[in-house]
Amino acid sequence: MLAMLIAFGLCALALPPLTRVLGRRVFLVGALVPTAAFVHTVFASPSVVGGGRVEQVVPWVPQLDLSLALRLDTLSWVLALVVTGVGALVLVYCAFYFSDAEEGLGRFAATLLGFAGAMYGLVIADDVYLLFVFWEATSVLSYLLIGHSTARKASRGAALQALLVTTFGGLVMLVGLVLLSVETGTSRLSEIVAAAPAGPLVTTAVILVLVGAMSKSAIVPFHFWLPSAMAAPTPVSAYLHAAAMVKAGIYLLARLAPGFADVPGWREIVVGFGVVTMLFGAWTALRQTDLKLVLAYGTVSQLGFLMVVTGYGTRDAALAGLALLLAHALYKSTLFLTVGIIDHRAGTRDLRKLSGLGREAPVLATVTALALVSMIGLPPAFGFVAKEAVFTALLHDAVAGGSLGWVALVGVAAGSVLTVAYSARFFWGAFYRKPGVEPVRKARVSARFSFSPALLAASGVVLGVSAAFVDPLLSGYSTTIPAEGESYHLALWHGLEPALGISAATLLLGALVFLWRGRRTSFTRPSGLTAAGSYSGVLRSVDRVAARTTSLTQRGSLPFYLGVIFLVFVGCVGAALIANRSWPRDLKLWDFPGQAAIGVVMIIAALAATRATKRFQAVVLVGVTGYGMASLFALEGAPDLALTQVLVEVVTLVAFVLVLRRLPARLGTRNGSRNAALRAGIAVAVGAIMATVAVVALAARNRLPISLAWPDLAYTGGHGRNVVNVALVDLRGWDTMGELSVIIVAATGVASLVFISGRSDNLRRIPRREARDTIRARRREEGDEARSSWLLAGRTLAAGNRSILLEVVVRLTFHPIIVVSVYLLFAGHNLPGGGFAGGLVAGLALVARYLAGGRHELGAAAPVDAGKMLGAGLLLAVGAALVPMFFGQSALTSSFFEGEVWPFGHVEFVTSTIFDVGVYLVVVGLVLDVLRSLGAEVDRQQDHELSTVAS
Amino acid sequence: MNSSLVLIAVMAVLYACGVYLMLERSMTRVLLGFLLVGNATNLLLLTMVGDVGSAPIVEDGVGAEEMTDPMPEALILTAIVITFGVSAFLMALIYRSWRLEREDDVDDDADDVALRSGDVAEIGEALDTTTEDTEFGVPR
Repeated sequence: MLAMLIAFGLCALALPPLTRVLGRRVFLVGALVPTAAFVHTVFASPSVVGGGRVEQVVPWVPQLDLSLALRLDTLSWVLALVVTGVGALVLVYCAFYFSDAEEGLGRFAATLLGFAGAMYGLVIADDVYLLFVFWEATSVLSYLLIGHSTARKASRGAALQALLVTTFGGLVMLVGLVLLSVETGTSRLSEIVAAAPAGPLVTTAVILVLVGAMSKSAIVPFHFWLPSAMAAPTPVSAYLHAAAMVKAGIYLLARLAPGFADVPGWREIVVGFGVVTMLFGAWTALRQTDLKLVLAYGTVSQLGFLMVVTGYGTRDAALAGLALLLAHALYKSTLFLTVGIIDHRAGTRDLRKLSGLGREAPVLATVTALALVSMIGLPPAFGFVAKEAVFTALLHDAVAGGSLGWVALVGVAAGSVLTVAYSARFFWGAFYRKPGVEPVRKARVSARFSFSPALLAASGVVLGVSAAFVDPLLSGYSTTIPAEGESYHLALWHGLEPALGISAATLLLGALVFLWRGRRTSFTRPSGLTAAGSYSGVLRSVDRVAARTTSLTQRGSLPFYLGVIFLVFVGCVGAALIANRSWPRDLKLWDFPGQAAIGVVMIIAALAATRATKRFQAVVLVGVTGYGMASLFALEGAPDLALTQVLVEVVTLVAFVLVLRRLPARLGTRNGSRNAALRAGIAVAVGAIMATVAVVALAARNRLPISLAWPDLAYTGGHGRNVVNVALVDLRGWDTMGELSVIIVAATGVASLVFISGRSDNLRRIPRREARDTIRARRREEGDEARSSWLLAGRTLAAGNRSILLEVVVRLTFHPIIVVSVYLLFAGHNLPGGGFAGGLVAGLALVARYLAGGRHELGAAAPVDAGKMLGAGLLLAVGAALVPMFFGQSALTSSFFEGEVWPFGHVEFVTSTIFDVGVYLVVVGLVLDVLRSLGAEVDRQQDHELSTVAS
Repeated sequence: MNSSLVLIAVMAVLYACGVYLMLERSMTRVLLGFLLVGNATNLLLLTMVGDVGSAPIVEDGVGAEEMTDPMPEALILTAIVITFGVSAFLMALIYRSWRLEREDDVDDDADDVALRSGDVAEIGEALDTTTEDTEFGVPR
């Protein structure tokens, strides 16, 4: 069984490419799969008939107790035969229905085959969650099938409607299935039904499942999606809306009825909604002029009928229900398929425009008549046999004292009367000659086109004639329900029984109703509250609520968002602080008096920065707070931090200058004054909250910090004396790894924002010899008076932009600075320094070269792509993390080597230094990226704009 | 263990000034606010050091208790460099915005404003299934 499911999936994937070769004949290939599944199911018959079952269980997610549990018992066997048999015939029919030019034919074929597979899986699944997966798969695939004509709005809307209604029901059902599964402790459907627990929880669960089944089977009030779904191509309607998908709900009812029919509320719901649906659908069918809609409402009606009978829950009703289900699948798909043929040859399905088709297409009329005979319950069709069984079963229960039995009996009898009437209307509308309507033109239709409907219609009659042989095949299901007395048996002739009388009466009355109402062609549209109207009303209000919520919360204003975030922060953290009990016992004013002096400067600078009206002024003021930080670090025993902070302040200032040179000097005041008081209020609140947090956090500490162990770890484990540096590259190396990634992302972001189209910049690399030659040549040309260049690309700058002093200083200091940076890098393990500080120093050397010599000088100083440098740095860091793993150690473990190396003498080396080199390269890469993007590229764009303006 | 009130006061002022600037529309001011908040956060970490000691560099005769707690230092060092990376990114954003719009301000999102004032497209229209009676449209 599992193999068949896989075959469905794989073949469905293969159909679209095949369609390009085979055209519409691809449906014949597709039909092979359901045919194979049909044959496979037939061969399983001996083990199933008489109450046996075939099982196949493959573990799926054992931890969650989920399994691919499949089983074939009588009920599944009948459904599987219907689903695969009708599926194969519909696919064959499609090969004649569509033309090769049909748009999306391959997709359609694949979806239809996939649907057949999902439906097959649904009826053989024994795990409730697997059942649910297939259930929702049929919903999604039916969405694609109904929406086949993607260009038509009605088609898309109908598809969405069917999807929303059935998945809504599916989700409700899932809740019910979960409850049942938890209550019984198993997810196996057969075990749940066998356990059949009771109680309020079970009642709720069962009713939730009923809602799901009703939405899938188009029972009032969910019925409206089915007529809308007639926007689908007719073969889809024949399969999904007659034989397969709408039967899923009925199947679930039939599956649960043996265990749960006596749950309070079940029978009332099943009979009540079923009878209402049957009457409403049949009456509405009488008011349709489109043959397909006559069938659609007829199907709604019949589904109500099926719900009453299969859900009723007595042994005889169960047998009757299964027989009715089988009969309905056969005749309803036949009728849809014949409508397709009528539409195909007449170009309309409107019974007001069709006339004289019966005489033109006698074979078609005969096939239709055979199916209709089964639908209205005339002997010898199987529909008659089923209906006799229904009447007998309901009558038996009603006489035995069930008042619901009377409701059900009278309801389905009245429904049957209307069924007879609309069936007659269908035949009359499709085939009769009507006065004043032009008869359909003569046309030849391939006999093969009628193959599928003819076979389906004929099998309805064959089953009816051989009802006595069918009975033992079906009774394997109904005998699972305990019953007193003798069981009913299906037969074509039961003698002169009350049921026969009821059948005769419905036929007679139905004929009268047809004569009274059946030939009307003009109707007033129903007004007032309709289910479809409520559906669109609900959709509209959901839209409106969504739009209002969005416009309320998504103001699109950055200050608004930030303000909300800060207010929530103040509210939440403030509430937590109020509840706090750990206030510090004593506070000291300062660590050392100098702190107060630095603090005052920082406070003044920060306050002034908020009042600054010029960009540079504000930048410098913020910079002052940064240098204040550096001095605090230096005095608090954090030399590494002080060093890094100073270097970062310098680089930040340079970057600021590079950007701000393009912006106006004055800061914009457009919104500067708006809501200033509010903003100040939020700001003060955040500051106060943070101050309180700091006080409380320190007071709340009640354990010694783990970092007390760090100096020892750093020295003995990391072989370094600088605890902070060892922490960064060794003890807490993973944090640094994360940081490197952030820096690389930021640097890449900078480059992509400025370069837009690609990271590779156009800085020319100047080979040394070429530069020397150029300089010599210039000197010869211009004589000694011309200012010579101290830098490789110095000549490329305009003379007015050059500073000889700067050039000399840079020329003399560049290489020493690089040496210092390398020293910081390697010394950092034991003394203040490290990869971050070293990298920043090297970056500053590049900054100096750029500032002195312009963008060409930068190209000469660092002839490496910044991206490559970042990548190399990350590669080294990752390598340092990964290599130890190959030696069986955990990631980032450092190793220590020492030895005598001539001429250096005693050399010690820790592998974490490699990691630090990675850090160094990444930091240099970041600075280089900033220079290349915000410096060189901005220069180039400025030059470009100037030259454009000039020309 | 307790911390210096001066440090906490400076931190609070930096936070307040930073938040005040971040609530503006000028991107330059937002960036400056971001830098101030960054410094303030580093100060918050610094207050967690507790009692100040000597630099955390292992020397003979200096016990772990006599050093300044190295863990907040390691965190701050990381934070300083990340702050620089992010502010470089913000600067690139400012430059880009200036180049495209000649503007340094963050305006309200146009789509959100349109949503507030305009209509919502109706997708819940009622379906009419009775208009078409054929899939083939062959003239009779």
